[in-house]
Amino acid sequence: MKSTRRSALKATGAFATLISLGLVTQSQAQAAVDRASFSVKTLDDALKAIGGKPANSDQVTVVSPDIAENGAVVPVGVTSKLPNTTEIYIIIEKNPTPLAAAFMIPVGTAADVQTRVKMGQSTNVVAVVKADGKLFSATKETKVTLGGCGG
Amino acid sequence: MADPMRIRAALAGDETTVRVLMAHIMEPGTRRDAAGALIPAHFIQDVDASHNGKSVLKAMWTGAVSQNPFLSFKFKGAAKGDKVVVKWVDNKGDTRTDEATIA
Repeated sequence: MKSTRRSALKATGAFATLISLGLVTQSQAQAAVDRASFSVKTLDDALKAIGGKPANSDQVTVVSPDIAENGAVVPVGVTSKLPNTTEIYIIIEKNPTPLAAAFMIPVGTAADVQTRVKMGQSTNVVAVVKADGKLFSATKETKVTLGGCGG
Repeated sequence: MADPMRIRAALAGDETTVRVLMAHIMEPGTRRDAAGALIPAHFIQDVDASHNGKSVLKAMWTGAVSQNPFLSFKFKGAAKGDKVVVKWVDNKGDTRTDEATIA
């Protein structure tokens, strides 16, 4: 009993020292969403998995077309002017699994990513960013003429 | 092994913009074939871009990312001639690593 408690305390102490030395940054120590969260089926569950309800922010921008001709390939970009943005999430509200992508942004990398996603139907593209440990979001509605999930 | 990624990295001022086009089917696992059976999921799950051994972007993707995924991001602290390395791993464990020189 004594030895396991002692070794557990030692491990915690060592880890805390590493964090305070900056060798293991806070953002690395707490992993972003784990993979299982990507299969949640609703926007609310996705927000829960990310860590809570984000506050709307005009410092976060979602760039996506007003009308997407092809729902299989919809260009989406997210930028965040908030300092210390460490994570960016792209959520397609009405997709069968709304949490589409997550980006982990280390120091030195801009909070500015672009990719292309599938959208099953016209819906909101919600970008959630984590900056200084807090969550912020922005939303843009994109209409889709031909759905892209093959459903 | 999958087809190579097309990576372009360009330095403007102090910021490098990296644009990647990956070759991957990105099958979500929700589509059905002609016989009605579900086509199994096969998509890139993890992307890791690095410069001089330091990670400059990590991404976790799902089948909702489009086929032949496109990715663009920017980072600071690189010089012309440096290499940017991009690696992806898919849900079947296949992986692909390519690099480009910053122009």
